[in-house]
Amino acid sequence: MAIEGADIVKAAAFLGASISMGLGAIGPAVGEGMVAAKTCEAIGKNPREAGLLTRTMLVGQAVTESTGIYSLVIALLLLFVV
Amino acid sequence: MASDIQTWVRVAAFVGGGIAMGVGAIGAAVGEGYSAACANSAISRNPKSAGEIFKAMLVGQAIAESAAIFALVIAMLLLFSKFPTDSYVMVAVLLSAGICMGLGAIGSGIGSGFPTGAACIGISRQPGIGKRLTTNMLIGSAVCQTPSIFSMVVSFILLFTDFSQQPLLPTFAALVGAGLSAGLGSIGPSLGGGLVAQAGCEGIARQPTRSTALTNIMLLGQAVSQTTAVYGLLISFILLFKGVPDSPAIAPAAALLAAGICMGFAAIGPGIGEGYVGQKAVDAMARNEDVTAVITRTMLVGQAVTESTGIYGMVIALVLIFVV
Repeated sequence: MAIEGADIVKAAAFLGASISMGLGAIGPAVGEGMVAAKTCEAIGKNPREAGLLTRTMLVGQAVTESTGIYSLVIALLLLFVV
Repeated sequence: MASDIQTWVRVAAFVGGGIAMGVGAIGAAVGEGYSAACANSAISRNPKSAGEIFKAMLVGQAIAESAAIFALVIAMLLLFSKFPTDSYVMVAVLLSAGICMGLGAIGSGIGSGFPTGAACIGISRQPGIGKRLTTNMLIGSAVCQTPSIFSMVVSFILLFTDFSQQPLLPTFAALVGAGLSAGLGSIGPSLGGGLVAQAGCEGIARQPTRSTALTNIMLLGQAVSQTTAVYGLLISFILLFKGVPDSPAIAPAAALLAAGICMGFAAIGPGIGEGYVGQKAVDAMARNEDVTAVITRTMLVGQAVTESTGIYGMVIALVLIFVV
């Protein structure tokens, strides 16, 4: 059985996709957790600003999420496009 | 050829046993060291409560030790069991069982150390509430142990299921992937659960009259941070029991291994992040009881956003298994 080049390339793309999404998921999640943690702390100190703080939290988390989405895009590209 | 398989199966058993115990010992040692450090600083603050603090420290350390004991059991099984030597699939079984249990024990050991340390410090501040603190510590540490129990379950399934009749190449990759998914996936959730339990113990030391409410919210925060460990277990079970068609090509096998790697790593971050959220939420509630409702809501919203990358990881893993 001869191993074909295309087969190896496909296998590498699958492994690359998994490394991209797997490692790429760590940072955003830890960062978003920190954002939400500080928001809870801040609302505890100043409950009247809960609405403003929640909005800021969601915007901050949306920006933090971006690298996770980059990883997802690269993973999907590796799986379905290249 | 028969003796060749036998050699490699024994090599895999010994390497797997070494990984299980070596990696599995990290967490318990760090967690127990942290507990003892906190106990000493608590005793120096309040030497009169030394007996009570010492008791809480030992109970907490015993819980933190359990993950390392699971690893020891798996390592012993790997070293001293007689394994069938009719297929190279056995090599994947033994390696994967060791890797899964070793990685799975890291987080639980460290995580269980956090509430124990907080309970010791709490007793030094409020010597009268030792019992309530110890109860909360035990509940919190028990939840931290669940991911390591998931890993142990996967290791036992690997060791006691007969995979030898299945095709070599895809099964080999699927089994290693299953071990990585459950093992790596356990690290983050159990660390996160430990952070929440730490805040629970600190909060009860601050507000002993509200211990029931604080324990409830602690359990809610811990439950959410455990979710990605459940995803890891799910992907691991799919990889173990899906049954893969025989094929000499490398790509389908690589997809199964990749699914395990993807889910395993993707579960680490959300577990830790959701743990931070739960920690600060419990802390804020202990300081200011009027804000319970709004903090609970903010905590759940924040944790839901934090969960998103874990879900991306699961989606990519499922695509790797079922679509490509």
